Amino acid sequence: MNLQLRPALVSFMALSAITGLAYPFVITGLSKMIFPKQAAGSLIRANGQVIGSELIGQPFTAPKDFWGRPSATVDASGKPLPYNGANSGGSNLAPSNPSLRTAVEERIAALRAADPEATGPVPVDLVTTSASGLDPHISPAAAAFQVHRVAKARGLDEAKVRDLVAAHTEGAQLGVLGDARVNVLKLNRALEQAK
Amino acid sequence: MSHAWIQNILFLVLLLGIAVPLGPFIARVMEGERTFLHPVLGPVERGLYRLMGIQGDEDMGWKTYAWAIAFFNFLGFLAVFALQKAQGALPLNPEAMGKLPTDLSFNTAVSFMTNTNWQAYGGESTMSYLTQMLGLTVQNFLSAATAMAVLVALIRGLVRRTSPGIGNAWADLVRSTLYVLMPLSALIALLLVSQGTIQTFSAYIHTVSGQVIAMGPVASQVAIKMLGTNGGGFFNANSAHPFENPNALSNLIHMLAIFAIPAALCLTFGKMVKDRRQGWAVLAAMAVIFVMALSVTTWAEAKGNAGLKHLPVDQVATLQQGGGNMEGKEVRFGTGATSLFATITTSASCGAINGWHDSFTPLGGLVPLWLMELGEVVFGGVGSGLYGMLMFALVGVFIGGLMVGRTPEYLGKKIEAFEMKMASIAILLPSAAILIGTAAAVLSTTATASISNPGPHGFTQVLYAFSSASQNNGSAFGGLSVNIPFYNYGLAFAMLVGRFGVIFPVLAIAGSLARKKVTPEGLGTLPTHTPLFVAVLVGVVLLVGALTYLPALALGPIAEQLALR
Repeated sequence: MNLQLRPALVSFMALSAITGLAYPFVITGLSKMIFPKQAAGSLIRANGQVIGSELIGQPFTAPKDFWGRPSATVDASGKPLPYNGANSGGSNLAPSNPSLRTAVEERIAALRAADPEATGPVPVDLVTTSASGLDPHISPAAAAFQVHRVAKARGLDEAKVRDLVAAHTEGAQLGVLGDARVNVLKLNRALEQAK
Repeated sequence: MSHAWIQNILFLVLLLGIAVPLGPFIARVMEGERTFLHPVLGPVERGLYRLMGIQGDEDMGWKTYAWAIAFFNFLGFLAVFALQKAQGALPLNPEAMGKLPTDLSFNTAVSFMTNTNWQAYGGESTMSYLTQMLGLTVQNFLSAATAMAVLVALIRGLVRRTSPGIGNAWADLVRSTLYVLMPLSALIALLLVSQGTIQTFSAYIHTVSGQVIAMGPVASQVAIKMLGTNGGGFFNANSAHPFENPNALSNLIHMLAIFAIPAALCLTFGKMVKDRRQGWAVLAAMAVIFVMALSVTTWAEAKGNAGLKHLPVDQVATLQQGGGNMEGKEVRFGTGATSLFATITTSASCGAINGWHDSFTPLGGLVPLWLMELGEVVFGGVGSGLYGMLMFALVGVFIGGLMVGRTPEYLGKKIEAFEMKMASIAILLPSAAILIGTAAAVLSTTATASISNPGPHGFTQVLYAFSSASQNNGSAFGGLSVNIPFYNYGLAFAMLVGRFGVIFPVLAIAGSLARKKVTPEGLGTLPTHTPLFVAVLVGVVLLVGALTYLPALALGPIAEQLALR
């Protein structure tokens, strides 16, 4: 029987070189030429330093900032480290897991403590962890829920904060793809400049 | 959430728009006819054949064909295993990732060779850029090419008359990679980069505030991970990671890429058997099951988590929020685009995720689980979906033949004892791996210690793992801690059974059918392009799936659903 040694080895090595070296290098080169900003991670820079990426959420916990989604990411030893961009992941809690219910209750309590006057029901995305742990967005409802707190902490007019939220709200793409959203990092940076 | 349904319909329309031209194109490529790409890639193809020392049109018998496929796959396994062991000493490793343990390297090598892309590791914390490119990306291409080759060999078996051969495995592998997978991947990669998917060799970024952001040549790998229905994410969070899937439009590209080739191959089949209606009939059967499954998931996830309804949490969809069951989902997708993605990825043998299936509602999670267990024949994997569905078609004509008391035929070929034995093996082996594997795991305290969610859901985590591995899907109920030797070796074994336990019987059938004469259509022939046959096919798939898995599903997601309030 013909063992097909030569065609197997040659085709494997040649196709590996084409798909595993030439292809990623060519795509990298083209990306750098045509879409340099996106290819490099849509980074936000100020004074020559990298502040972050438009696409990667950051942890915000101060009352004066809009808070993003809860994040379930951990550090290398498994301890909680929200928005760890080097180790994406979710909670994987089942809907029936009592820990999920407890965690949601704690998050509601934290939001109430930060703003006792926000007594309405909390938008679900603000009390559940995202899939990546790096979700850069919250829903417009989740932003609206926080407007009172943020305005008060910053001594800004609520209407002004609401306008900023509206300016940073993006609808579902093409009207039907995905959901409406607000980029938290960009919104908070705009707030800083609103002073 | 009403626009979720419009999104679903838009997806199906666009998919059809891609499949209609792509299907015949693939047929031309695989038959060695000239296409518009040949002026550029033709010399590359011929050069490769010269280096390999073959003529592209030498016919192989099914045993030689199977040997070539197995040998080629084994080389892929070796390469991925070796790269994981040696990556610490190799270039393109800015984060200084070290070598991986043997059980994990073995699992990952089997996983990518078998088109499963089960990941017991987190990409950005484990793999060097070189391993991702030269190991994982390569297998994304070659495992998809493998299944396309096997499918085309099966179709040749149906078409050819009294022929000893079913085609040339090397030509099939080279052609599917060069003319179909490569150009489409390059196109998809650039489209993704335009939306924000990253593509760079720079080291991880450290921001002013101390956040570390993982980087890498992501788009090139993500493109083929979707197109080849592989599903192995560059990052741990897979297509939920903003750098893999930055917005809802890139998400649509991801989803279309998963189904593009599986849907097109139905039409390739129609063209190759010279009866387009046959291809459309199979596609229709797939679409019927898909739409049923999609409806359940979309509805269940939009409804939200019943376990949170007594808390002051607003899960109702309004203009201001998508609402629904948002644990483990991203806002830019919402429950609509996540449900659609989950249904697609498990109908196909993709296994990429844009939200964690572990956190889906019980019914929303049951659908992906059951779709995998049906054998991923609803569109299914590149190549593997259609050859799997054709196994069910053989069972369908056999049952139909029994009903009318005639010898069953498919496309003029008599379906006899040998074909039925092989088709049964191809359908039953993965099922056995799922159920026996799950049973073994829940009897082992080492294995049950990995369960992260209490109650029936914990059982579902294990059942999902073995279903995903055996059917070469690769998605997971991610809470299960699978990076232990029991799962690394056990699931690798399940992947091998699920892959080659189907490929070899399929090739055997191809060889057997190719040798047969074609019997002319008569009054007693059951036509296989009619709505009646579509119904028979759907019925067979659902019946086999229900009979095999309902007891297990009752212990898992169904029990959880009933208890959740």
